[in-house]
Amino acid sequence: MSYARPNFRHPKQPENDAGFTRRDYEGAISTLCAGCGHDSTTNAIIQACFELNLEPHRVVKISGIGCSSKTPAYFLSRSHGFNSVHGRMPSIATGANMANRDLLYIGISGDGDTASIGMGQFAHALRRNLNLNYICMNNGCYGLTKGQDSATADRGSAGKKGVPNPYESIDLCELAIELGASYVARGFSGDKKQLVPLLKGAMAHNGLAFIDVISPCVTFNNTASSTKSYHYVREHIETTNTFDFVPLQREILTHYDEGTSQEVTMHDGSIIHLHKVDSSKDLTSRQKAVNNLEKEKEKGRFLTGLLYVNPEIDETHDLINSTLRPLNTLTEEDLCPGSEILDRINSAFR
Amino acid sequence: MNKIERINDFVIRFCNVNGSGSASANNLFAKAIFRLGVPVSPKNIFPSNIQGLPTWYEVRVNEEGFLGRRGGIDITVAVNRQTLFGDYQDVLPGGYFIYDSTKPLPEKFQRDDISEIGIPLTSLCNEAFSNPKLRQLLKNIIYVGVLSFLLDIDLSILTGSIKKQFKKKPKLAEPNIQALEIGFSYARDHYPDTCRISVRKSDKLTNEIMMDGNSAFGLGAVYAGATVTGWYPITPSTSIIEAFERYTNMYRIEEETGRKKVAIIQAEDELAAIGIVIGGSWNGARSFTATSGPGISLMSELLGLAYFAEIPVVLVDVQRTGPSTGMPTRTQQSDLLACAYASHGDTKHILLFPCDPRECFEFGADAFDLAERLQTPVIVMSDLDLGMNDHVSAPMQWESDRKYDRGKVLSADDLENMQEKWGRYLDVDGDGICYRTIPGSHPTKGAYFTRGTSHNQYAAYTEESSEYEANMKRLLVKWQTARTLIPSPRIKIRDPEYTIGLLFYGTSTHAAYESISRFSRNGLEINSLRVRAFPFQDEVIEFINQHSILFVIEQNRDGQLRTMLINECEIDPAKLQSILNIDGLPIAASFITDAIQGSNLITIPESLQKQNKPGGKQ
Repeated sequence: MSYARPNFRHPKQPENDAGFTRRDYEGAISTLCAGCGHDSTTNAIIQACFELNLEPHRVVKISGIGCSSKTPAYFLSRSHGFNSVHGRMPSIATGANMANRDLLYIGISGDGDTASIGMGQFAHALRRNLNLNYICMNNGCYGLTKGQDSATADRGSAGKKGVPNPYESIDLCELAIELGASYVARGFSGDKKQLVPLLKGAMAHNGLAFIDVISPCVTFNNTASSTKSYHYVREHIETTNTFDFVPLQREILTHYDEGTSQEVTMHDGSIIHLHKVDSSKDLTSRQKAVNNLEKEKEKGRFLTGLLYVNPEIDETHDLINSTLRPLNTLTEEDLCPGSEILDRINSAFR
Repeated sequence: MNKIERINDFVIRFCNVNGSGSASANNLFAKAIFRLGVPVSPKNIFPSNIQGLPTWYEVRVNEEGFLGRRGGIDITVAVNRQTLFGDYQDVLPGGYFIYDSTKPLPEKFQRDDISEIGIPLTSLCNEAFSNPKLRQLLKNIIYVGVLSFLLDIDLSILTGSIKKQFKKKPKLAEPNIQALEIGFSYARDHYPDTCRISVRKSDKLTNEIMMDGNSAFGLGAVYAGATVTGWYPITPSTSIIEAFERYTNMYRIEEETGRKKVAIIQAEDELAAIGIVIGGSWNGARSFTATSGPGISLMSELLGLAYFAEIPVVLVDVQRTGPSTGMPTRTQQSDLLACAYASHGDTKHILLFPCDPRECFEFGADAFDLAERLQTPVIVMSDLDLGMNDHVSAPMQWESDRKYDRGKVLSADDLENMQEKWGRYLDVDGDGICYRTIPGSHPTKGAYFTRGTSHNQYAAYTEESSEYEANMKRLLVKWQTARTLIPSPRIKIRDPEYTIGLLFYGTSTHAAYESISRFSRNGLEINSLRVRAFPFQDEVIEFINQHSILFVIEQNRDGQLRTMLINECEIDPAKLQSILNIDGLPIAASFITDAIQGSNLITIPESLQKQNKPGGKQ
């Protein structure tokens, strides 16, 4: 959809602590269908970056192929972006992250891109605990090719074509927990209030943060028979908890009654306060996290919110013991052993 | 019987069972000859298996320095009962057959034109050593001791090598030296004056090194400053990354922290391996990977992305015998077309063809400069023979003041001082190469969206035909620029009449030069051109135009280089005759000589003496 967005903004748009207005985090005009869940997710990303006072040029956006993978063009135009190949976002992000560990990496993918063609790369980025914010915009169908079922479509769910999906669906959050992601959450594009803190927590997290965002496709999968329509999701949503994300160096003013919240300190010192709905939901246990998801599924409900977090797991750079300096800043002096050493190596081959 | 009688000119074949520790013993033998200053080329002919299958190690010794495969076996060391009879039959008349005589040879072994040398390897070993593992390993060392006596190789050269090998574990050196002596004494006592082939110290090799191409490439990548690699294990390329890792563990450890100045990621497959390289390069770190044919097939889609989005990639293809899984442990030069045009749409990639370890090192390093200068994939075309066998080669060289050519990258200062509007795909200099930026460099300038979809000069998505076309045509301008930067061919003009010309590349080089020299001795001078890179430079076209008879020597079935020459240089196909070896073994000089003679296109002043046929293995 193309329309002209006015350049005019309120002259007194609020600035964040880094001196940026929300506009500094925006991108080009979206060309997705009007009402697409992905546009709401894009807006939540913009909001999270704004609230976290990120410097836009220190963020890198990488995506695969599909409707969702187009969205990096629609946010953070001051950041470098890379719209790569179908299903290959994780490997491109891995290489980029290896080259410079100091930037913040946002990986955008979709359910086709992640759960089918890119399943292998998804799994292995998780098990390496790459320091990446992996956001999957999940609408249960292939939008760009006109609505075929994807591997996350629920059994029995039917999109615009009206044929119920006969196959089991893949729960990406359960997989992410099992495969080694250290921060796993599920959000809904229609619930920005929940999604923004989930994204902020992910961005503060050191390691692989996977967020499955249920993001309805208005054109092909918003039917009465679909389990990924706006209506169905709103009717069947369940949350683990509500939570506050308290960034580092921000005075904690809110008071939490004992026993009603769980506190998780992130790697950078930020704190996540979880307001418990149910005391059985211990989010630092993989087993309980998977059980929680399965229990709600049995009841026909989607469990959203932060599902699992473990800030203590080493990320890839720590696992391979690489230098703290960005590898892309190293020069001949750092990297080349020089001609004298080569003479010695030559002699070893004599 | 006319025994073969030669000094510093013979072929010996070791017939072993793989996984029995024979490789290090055989290597010890080859290295000893190398250390005596005599040109030597070992070829490991091994199965795709870890333990229990037949494996051969063929060593050619040649004072003149011809180190391609010769073919024909003068001496056989037969330790593998499974292949004993075949190995027996392969020995040339007048040759020598050394075997484990703990068990006698079966009845059907009835040749009277070879010298049989029985050594009770198993029983000698069992008498001397009690440890079962040592018994297995040292049997191999005993036959090296036997050869030391038979070929007149000073035992101290071998004991010296063993001491060097076990410098850190001197206790292990002792039984090895004992085994050598056992073999030596047994042969001295039982086979005096038996063998008329000998090795004599020579001054032919002075400064040379002996190493495998994969190690040289891995080292080249260290010198070139590669910091990111994603890779997936595949024979015969794996040892490149192993060498890279080994050398980075030696030379890339940060002193203060003990941390590594490198990121090596073993990927889940070749798709991820090349993806990691593309991501790393895009983000400004020198990145590379190594693979073989099946990996190239998997990487094709992403290679197209790198070509179109203009991202540097360094990729080594250590070719093996295809198609499909083919013969994974045998050599071939059969991925040229797959690499040159990898990926859908109009794509073409720069190829480099090294022929020895020194060039593996040199091209290994140069590939990074070229990839970053040209912002495109550069594929180094090695093969199993070059990558995994040891080769005698000139030493590796590095200019002490050499700087990396990082190509057209705008720094934060460049961006800050820039007045005009920057475009990622704007050809400012007219050479087809545009300026790129690295993420995170500048707060407000230089960010762009990299994409595999069609883009205009400012990297924005476009479906405007004229913009798409202009971009595709600019890539051809860049391709022309590449021709001026890549290694030029090596041309040798021996015949001023320009009658016959040979074209070849990579590991066909050694056998081709040997064949040329053989014709030369018989009064026929042949000119040659060694292709070292693709796209082809004008010299290649000129060489073809100059000659009336041309042969293109390759190790593949379909004449892939020939096809590329015809297509890219608009050559009349009738001008180029193919000489093609596809048996999976390194090409032999005699094969080339026979093919040239058999073509009936030439007349040779003196007829050539019959040469040994390379023969197959198995």
